[in-house]
Amino acid sequence: MSFLDLLYFIVPATIAYAAPLILTAIGGVFSERSGVVNIGLEGLMVMGAFIGILFTLLFSDVFGGWTPWLALIVAMIVSGIFSILHAVASITFRANQVVSGVAINMLGIAIALFSVKIIFGKGQTDLIQKKIPRMDIPFLSDIPIIGPMFFKSVYGTSILAISVAIIAWFVIFKTPFGLRLRSVGEHPMAADTMGINVTRMRYVAVIISGGLAGIGGAVYAITTTNDFGHATINGQGFMALAAMIFGKWHPIGAMGAALFFGFAQALAIGAPKIPYIQDVPSVYLYILPYVLTILALAGFIGRANAPKANGEPYIKGER
Amino acid sequence: MTMSNRTINLLIPIISIFLGLLVGAIVMLFSGYNPIDGYIALWQGIFGSSYSMGETVRQISPYLLAGLAVAFAFRAGLFNIGVEGQLIVGWFAAAYVGMAFDLPKFIHLPLALLAAAAAGALWGLIPGILKATLRVHEVIVTIMMNYIALHVVNALIKSISGGSFKLDKINQTASLRSEFLSNLTDFSTLHYGILVALAMVGVMWFILEKTKTGYELKSVGFNDEASRYAGMNVNKNIILSMVISGAFAGLGGAMEALGTFGNISNMAGFTGIGFDGIAVALLGANTPLGVIFGATLFGSLKYGANNMPNAANIPVEIVSIVIALVIFFVASGYIIRVILNRMSKNKEAK
Repeated sequence: MSFLDLLYFIVPATIAYAAPLILTAIGGVFSERSGVVNIGLEGLMVMGAFIGILFTLLFSDVFGGWTPWLALIVAMIVSGIFSILHAVASITFRANQVVSGVAINMLGIAIALFSVKIIFGKGQTDLIQKKIPRMDIPFLSDIPIIGPMFFKSVYGTSILAISVAIIAWFVIFKTPFGLRLRSVGEHPMAADTMGINVTRMRYVAVIISGGLAGIGGAVYAITTTNDFGHATINGQGFMALAAMIFGKWHPIGAMGAALFFGFAQALAIGAPKIPYIQDVPSVYLYILPYVLTILALAGFIGRANAPKANGEPYIKGER
Repeated sequence: MTMSNRTINLLIPIISIFLGLLVGAIVMLFSGYNPIDGYIALWQGIFGSSYSMGETVRQISPYLLAGLAVAFAFRAGLFNIGVEGQLIVGWFAAAYVGMAFDLPKFIHLPLALLAAAAAGALWGLIPGILKATLRVHEVIVTIMMNYIALHVVNALIKSISGGSFKLDKINQTASLRSEFLSNLTDFSTLHYGILVALAMVGVMWFILEKTKTGYELKSVGFNDEASRYAGMNVNKNIILSMVISGAFAGLGGAMEALGTFGNISNMAGFTGIGFDGIAVALLGANTPLGVIFGATLFGSLKYGANNMPNAANIPVEIVSIVIALVIFFVASGYIIRVILNRMSKNKEAK
């Protein structure tokens, strides 16, 4: 395999693997920027994956080629609603946010599998027939070298993920809403004094994170696994959490980290075909994202600091 | 009379369990099942026969240790989500030592247990050091360590077994299996692990209540700045608590390696025991006695659930839903406290 062929294989695979991570990690950015730790991303992704597959299976005859796209929207709504549970527990009931997130993870997979067994009578769903199509982007895909690498037979969902990252950057850093979001996560009391409704901001942020994680899970299931079972989202949510931290709670940073993790996954999958890499035991590639995250947190790759009030419930009137 | 804090602290887990089971019943009702049949099947799955009771107790052993691991770290103010990974490396270490050596039982079994504890301790040491020296948050590091454990152990199994998906069975000399306990419970897989686990409950109680180290650990958990001011070595205590916590978790893995399964197989995903340990510790308010209570409850529910598909045609996941809900309710103890206080105040007014 020539080097160029290699790139033609690795780059699209990287982007495909990264898309669900980008979406979910951006969700995490919203939640944690508002001061609510969201370990529950995994469970929210599971819910999204389940709903995405279920909707696609049930409504393929009705909506035809549009089904998977509608499935993403439905997954977003359902996971958004599901995340309200985390919001209520950690914002209103002042629960330990990590514990609440752990409960979301357990609950997500339990509800999804419980429903799968009721609906399908077995441990996993059927395979979906309608998939997200790959497409060539007009003009851009004709550019030599770069065209086939980035713009030929890409998933529409990859474009969606990258757009979401850019929009999220704009929303968080260039709009009044974003300023309020960040202030609530850094110093909720100061924000409250300035008339910002801390509770409402945090609810909105958590629900956005639920919605995006839902899309992320659905994208992963619809493009990569094509069905839903107990191992469909096997740690993707935690990898998205890692991407968010590695990206230093910044949407573009999170996207970059997610792309890098996607690259590690693509490399692990394609390793047997790649010279040099095929001699590296695949376990090193599998653990790479996690090791890097630990190193990033330890400050070896630039210090990663969480928003100041992350994980702290806001209690009005308390100093 | 207003309720004392102590009463409320006892009531919160009980109310949470009740609410969890109640919502579980509602879920069953809405999914077209009869919740009464469901819970009877669950009860039968736990207490129905001496065999099922033996299996239930067997299931409780790793839950005890996972719960101890979470609780112990929590007492020093640390949240160890890495119990799952520490348990997996402990499982592997015990299975490997059990298989690879040929020693008399009185050396082999303790050695295998020790290996499991050491492996778990090592897996806890890394986040402990990072927390103590560089102030890296232990929650994220331990989550990452879980995945590293999973992939590394799977790779080790493959390379040691020469490409197979599991290691050979352990030698009899390292086994926790007991013919006596098995015969007593109609040939269940009940093994001596439960004694090891209960002994560790005692160890945790002893460390926390009877030693200087335990006093310091709790002090750091309450207020690390004050502890530092009082002259305690906070960093040492952070590392120590993660190491001991990891050792408990590693022993939890040894239960599976030396007792229940007798080997280790390639893992497609997590065992879930480590995460359930969070529920156990939370329900037991991070005390040794509370952990016994939590492990008994969740271990029983988890094993008893296996009877639900056969006896009542209800998917086992209903029990995971109930456990997750119980965690939610316990974690939201604040609101239960507020409601209880309001209720008792209303009574007073009358």
